[in-house]
Amino acid sequence: MSTFNVHKLRQEFPNLNIQVHGKPLVYLDNAATTFKPRCVIDAISNHYSHGTSNVHRGVHFLSEQATAAFEYSRQVVRQFLHARRVEEIIFTKGATDSLNLIAQSYGRHFLKAGDEIIISHMEHHSNIVPWQMLCQQIGCVLKVIPINDRGEIILEEYRKLLSDKTKLVSMVWVSNSLGTVNPVKSVIEAAHKRNAVVVIDAAQAVTHAPINVQELDCDFLVFSGHKVFGPTGVGVLFGKEKWLEAMPPYQGGGDMIKSVTFDKTTYNVLPYKFEAGTPAIAEVIGLRSALEFFQNIGWEGMKQHKQELLEHGTKVLLSIDGVRIVGTAQEKTSIISFVVEGIHPHDLGTLVDQEGVAIRTGHHCTQPVMEFFKIPATARASLAFYNTKEELDVLVKAINRAKDIFNA
Amino acid sequence: MREELYQQTILEHNRNPRNFKKLEGATHVAEGYNPLCGDHLWVYMKVNSSGVIEDAAFEGSGCAISKASASMMTASLKGKSTDEAKVLFEEFHQLVKGDLKPDDQPNHLGKLTVFSGIWQYPARVKCASLGWHTMHGALEKAKTVSTE
Repeated sequence: MSTFNVHKLRQEFPNLNIQVHGKPLVYLDNAATTFKPRCVIDAISNHYSHGTSNVHRGVHFLSEQATAAFEYSRQVVRQFLHARRVEEIIFTKGATDSLNLIAQSYGRHFLKAGDEIIISHMEHHSNIVPWQMLCQQIGCVLKVIPINDRGEIILEEYRKLLSDKTKLVSMVWVSNSLGTVNPVKSVIEAAHKRNAVVVIDAAQAVTHAPINVQELDCDFLVFSGHKVFGPTGVGVLFGKEKWLEAMPPYQGGGDMIKSVTFDKTTYNVLPYKFEAGTPAIAEVIGLRSALEFFQNIGWEGMKQHKQELLEHGTKVLLSIDGVRIVGTAQEKTSIISFVVEGIHPHDLGTLVDQEGVAIRTGHHCTQPVMEFFKIPATARASLAFYNTKEELDVLVKAINRAKDIFNA
Repeated sequence: MREELYQQTILEHNRNPRNFKKLEGATHVAEGYNPLCGDHLWVYMKVNSSGVIEDAAFEGSGCAISKASASMMTASLKGKSTDEAKVLFEEFHQLVKGDLKPDDQPNHLGKLTVFSGIWQYPARVKCASLGWHTMHGALEKAKTVSTE
């Protein structure tokens, strides 16, 4: 593998080269979604230009070709997650869809009234609401692991929450609003001692570190394609085969059946049992290109570059009078949430946008986190491997301009 | 090029919001909330027996746009009848959507036309209209108004 070269890598992302309000774009909203390399755009375009077909159905050339490409993507995802078997890889619409699938299929089948589900205080709404819905449906109880002022889960409190009533723990690996990297390995081990299954929301973790579901020993793990330089509309659910086998289907329809009569329907085998209807074929094929591209960059160089970005970003933001960083965990990914005294995050977002800088402002779908820190919203710069220190300096300039305008 | 959003009048009202208090003896009160950005405010009005708004005030927290808009709104409401306030609400609503061009169409907006460029910032239209929706809700006796 050649050494990490950010300028060369940037050339693969056409969307990085646009202008916004007459200024070169500085895209610092990668936790919301990432840009797509040319190979992903080409893969989708090629599919629609030369390979359009449904999958798992026809015997004609295009159908066989599309089915092979679709199933090859599953192999690539299996290898990306280091899963044992390809049957453990289910394609969904995204991380949210995957979590809802687990709640409705595993949850409704295996949990009962009085059982407890543990999540953390820093979950994305997508890892809160599906469990609340399940609790309303079957009468199980939701418990929340508290966090400290740095935005880290308090492990001792987690251990206290665990009991024989605990049947499921669902936790985010990397927080989208704080950047915190959670000690999921310890979380999983502690839960397994109580025979509780563990769901890991890896939506932000996929770009942070290599994932090995066998080593982690998580029961389920979910992520979205679009946060790892792939298309929107496709996500992944990894589940241990023994659970997926025992779980009832989530949705009914074509592709998930073996045979249908009006008396009885026999369900298809894994993974198709959970893939009712025509899937996002082009997106699944695009996801393969994204994962191959991403893995080819090389973790070491990328990790070092992102760490430098995090350190530089933190330093230059803190050099601005009145800036406070929200989320100061010891283990942190390159996501920096902050507030500027005297400027509401939404005003800041609009003002830096005028300088071509895209940051996210708001509660980031983590309202309980905002409540914990007693703020309505934050501004958030989330950095991908293609960002540069110079871009962070543009952000700082734009914030200083906003401060001038607001006399803050 | 879009019109500058943060004009001096808006910045000034953000720094020194007018009628920024709880109004004792208010006859009409409503709470407004924009869950998307966390803007949260209360609008108070004292309406006399002839249907004239004698006093108006607001309190709460939010971005500069929502604060300045609510501040200017309370200032412009004083002395108006509730019917006139509803007309003004409609006109302001049209203005921030870009459907009312204040230079070409007759209106009662006065200084409020400082928000005429906000339709070019679609994500911020709700900030400007939060106070107004809340005021309208108070007149219509709704307790909580939510804009999303």
